[in-house]
Amino acid sequence: MKLTDMVVPLVIGCILLWGLVRKVNITEEFTAGAAQGLRDAAELVPILVLLMTAVGMFTASGAADIISSIFGNAAQKLGFPQECLPLVLIRPVSGSGALAAADRLLTTISPDSFEGRVASVLMASTETTFYTIAVYSGALRKKAGSRIFIAAAAADITGFVLSALTVRLMFR
Amino acid sequence: MLGVLIVIMLVAAYLAGGMNSSWKDISAAAVGSCTDAVELGIFLAGSMALWGGLMRIAERSGIASAIGRLLSPLIRRIFKGLNGSDEASKAVSLNLTANLLGLGNAATPTGIKAVRMLDKHRYAKRNTAMLTVLNTASIQLIPVSIGALRAAHGSTSPFEIMPAVLVTSLASAAVGCIFAGVLYGGGDDDEAD
Repeated sequence: MKLTDMVVPLVIGCILLWGLVRKVNITEEFTAGAAQGLRDAAELVPILVLLMTAVGMFTASGAADIISSIFGNAAQKLGFPQECLPLVLIRPVSGSGALAAADRLLTTISPDSFEGRVASVLMASTETTFYTIAVYSGALRKKAGSRIFIAAAAADITGFVLSALTVRLMFR
Repeated sequence: MLGVLIVIMLVAAYLAGGMNSSWKDISAAAVGSCTDAVELGIFLAGSMALWGGLMRIAERSGIASAIGRLLSPLIRRIFKGLNGSDEASKAVSLNLTANLLGLGNAATPTGIKAVRMLDKHRYAKRNTAMLTVLNTASIQLIPVSIGALRAAHGSTSPFEIMPAVLVTSLASAAVGCIFAGVLYGGGDDDEAD
């Protein structure tokens, strides 16, 4: 048994229980939130159709393998599986694109393999960096400076390298 | 930006298709991938509904604001010139809580509000950079959508990656903050970017 197998069931129980303690109408609030979740998922599907088609063609053509083999040596030196390289390229630019790429990757690689776990950790611990910077500088009507890109890129690279390192250290 | 990404992927696919003569595979992927997209949407819809509902209860029952209070000393430390109880600190705390709980809907609007608030204070550029790296390091307690994706692909333990995710996010956030701190220096914000 793994400790992490307990976390999700316990979190669900605690949230519901605490809701009852604080006299929240848990069924009503849950349904409202769940309905919003369903709408969000439905809104995600149209762009996923286009992205999955593009990612599918990209992968099937062998282009993903070509990219992996070009950067494969450098990645291997960092202990990073080259299967996950296309994910690294898409992740900072598009969240739904990365989701499509991760889904494609996990159909060929088991999610419980080293590569599958690295892809999972990478997806969960990085974000659409360029998009976030674009949204925030757009909100301020200012051009994003180069320093913010350097800081964010440093954080991203740390995330990529560590996703492989943590999986290597935590799963044997 | 997304449109450019899609076109780049397609052009790369055509080039590779020419090199590998893999047109048959490309064609099959072009026709079949749309079904995968809808399937993925269905898998995600279930978990997005479950966590959307649970997180709404967490908001209503005060769990979210309790997390916000826990974050306040951290915010004072990371963001220069905020005292932890002003409007800007509150906006930052709401945004960080939304990210921590994986409230995708709330994360972007609260983030926009937070950077606008930070922009009115001193050290605006430095603090905006700090918020950006904290956001892009994707610190979240439960990686909901990747858990759903792993489960959909037959993982025996979809959430076994949680400790690795947490360590990786925290470390990349720390690196981002250190870089931002060094690059923006300790001085005020008058210099050009």
